[in-house]
Amino acid sequence: MTTSDRLSVTEEPDTNGDAELAAAASTAPIEGGLGDYFRTYLQRIRSGDMGSLPAVSGLIVLVIVFWSLRSNFGSLANFSDLLKQASPTIFIAMGLVFVLLLGEIDLAAGTAAGVCATLMARLSVGYNWSWPFAIGGALVCGVVIGTGTGWLCAKVRIPSFVVTLALYLAFQGVTLFIVLNGAGAHGNISISDNFITNLYNGQMDPWLGWLVGGVAVIGYALVKLQQVRSRASAGLTAEPVALVAVKVIALAVVAVVAVYLLNKNRGGTGGSQLINQGGKLVLVKPPALQGVPWVVLITLFFFTIWTFVLGRTRYGRHVYAVGGNTEAARRAGIRVDLIRISVFVISSFMAAIGGVLIASNTHSVDANTGGGNTLLLAVGAAVIGGTSLFGGRGRPADAIIGGLVVAVIANGMADLVQGSNRDAIQYIVTGAVLLLAAAVDALSRRRAGAAGLG
Amino acid sequence: MTEPILSLRSINKSFGPVHVLRGVDFDARAGEVTALVGDNGAGKSTLIKCVGGSYLMDSGEYFFEGRPVSVHTPREASELGIEIVYQDLALCDNLDIVQNMFLGRESHTGPILDEIAMEKAAAGALASLSVRTVTSVRQRVSSLSGGQRQTVAIAKSVLWQSKVVILDEPTAALGVAQTAQVLDLVRRLADQGIAVVLISHNMNDVLQVADRIAVLYLGQMAAIVDRKSVDQQQLVELITTGRASTAGRATSGTV
Repeated sequence: MTTSDRLSVTEEPDTNGDAELAAAASTAPIEGGLGDYFRTYLQRIRSGDMGSLPAVSGLIVLVIVFWSLRSNFGSLANFSDLLKQASPTIFIAMGLVFVLLLGEIDLAAGTAAGVCATLMARLSVGYNWSWPFAIGGALVCGVVIGTGTGWLCAKVRIPSFVVTLALYLAFQGVTLFIVLNGAGAHGNISISDNFITNLYNGQMDPWLGWLVGGVAVIGYALVKLQQVRSRASAGLTAEPVALVAVKVIALAVVAVVAVYLLNKNRGGTGGSQLINQGGKLVLVKPPALQGVPWVVLITLFFFTIWTFVLGRTRYGRHVYAVGGNTEAARRAGIRVDLIRISVFVISSFMAAIGGVLIASNTHSVDANTGGGNTLLLAVGAAVIGGTSLFGGRGRPADAIIGGLVVAVIANGMADLVQGSNRDAIQYIVTGAVLLLAAAVDALSRRRAGAAGLG
Repeated sequence: MTEPILSLRSINKSFGPVHVLRGVDFDARAGEVTALVGDNGAGKSTLIKCVGGSYLMDSGEYFFEGRPVSVHTPREASELGIEIVYQDLALCDNLDIVQNMFLGRESHTGPILDEIAMEKAAAGALASLSVRTVTSVRQRVSSLSGGQRQTVAIAKSVLWQSKVVILDEPTAALGVAQTAQVLDLVRRLADQGIAVVLISHNMNDVLQVADRIAVLYLGQMAAIVDRKSVDQQQLVELITTGRASTAGRATSGTV
């Protein structure tokens, strides 16, 4: 035995369990083929790191259940409606993911959305601002709200739960104030701007839908291949190309099916109608209702941006670090206060977009916009998607998956239960699903602790 | 005797009426392990926090590589090349080894993190310490054992080419085998030419790995002794009474 051997650290990692555990905890590609990947994935799930698996399987089960119970659920029109209905929740939830990553909470995100939406409506309708300025005003309002919230939490050091609970109440008042004051209609403000109402209700031309789908799939493939190539050329373990191919093909199939279905005419089945046009009777076909909703593109856009920010930039890394161990982040020289403020800014900014979409959906705003269960559904979406309430774990994708689950429940329950108990049952089911998701979060965390994974 | 790389002279530090450090002198030399021992409340942590810039000293001189410097923030200390590995290690469980080793100092091109460069450098730093206990540098820290975590925290100082590494109770929470590993690592760190300061309550550890032992007693430097000139009993006596009745007196108080 040489001296260096004796001196070297002697705890050998050769036991199979250790190596497997290491692979399961690994955040980078491991060596081996598809089979090894699959085994590692199973190991990871067994040890409690389930990621989005519960949410995705839950989503599939819900879709199957509702489809079998209600023929209408699987209709083309309902498919498009589902995506639209999910979008405001997804946007608010995507912002909340950042706040939750730090182990904080933003209870005011819903009513902040209401403030921004009513402000936009007031500016657009009351003061005749054109849409870029009205929407811009709403987004700026979101940023200002987030800065204030973040400052109170990070600098004044009031727990975010208390700050945002207070703001939750205050913003309801602000919404009411905007609705009742200023130029234009009071009480219920109807939005007439076509751009604003089309944000939620409009669809892309079919060719644009194909283009967006194509760009998404090809972009994903290129990013993945570039990653594999640069890691391989640097001599590091890279994902097997076969796995990349499987992922790209899966995404392509989903994209093609979705765009194809959304591009089919889902308008009324009624035939042509005779219409009196300037004294002449003409036969008019109902306008085709087809195309991918614009909200899908907007959602994909922000999803890509935030995924990039969290995964590939120093800022994102620091958000995870502060969420994982604030003290460690502080000692590493990370400006913890600024990170804390920034996540509230992102949360309120995304809530503002959510608010704009809510207003766009109903073509109007009133004192209740952004109130009710808007926030709870968004928090539920983030948590159902797999973002941890304890901080340090979460992705923008969680907001999308969770948002779809919430929307599927709301949509599926909507006419499943008829009569006076409709809303009651829907609330109870949504609450139960949220509890289930939080339980999965807590249990997987405990299990991960036992297995040494986080 | 080589010139000390880190040298403190007549350091005083008070918290209100409590005079915690009283005219403390302290040296650390490259390639040597200097143990800093003392009973609870002797002022070890305060001294280290003054070195690391977490506390400001009330009076005294601070020399680094022979030059007088002033260190007001932890960042200034780390820019000089002083790395402190605290007892709680300050690692983020939800991040992997590479991400932890580069935390706050990530390599990047434009806004994008340069993961490949970071992964290679981290693996290199671990390899230079002959660390073979971690299978993948992309393992999450939450999956590591106590000894492995300590290893990661120490390897961080190699990665950043620190000149002085201060280890605060690195073996306090470790079992026998892992303690041996970490002490090996401490020795190898010094062999790389780094000045290592080891704070420990464990006399066996100190006697096993230190070249020189500095004993703090009630805020004063009771003795700085050569490892070879003391045994465990004398060391315990120094720590508990501030005096050595039998030996080590020859070097007591000298620098």
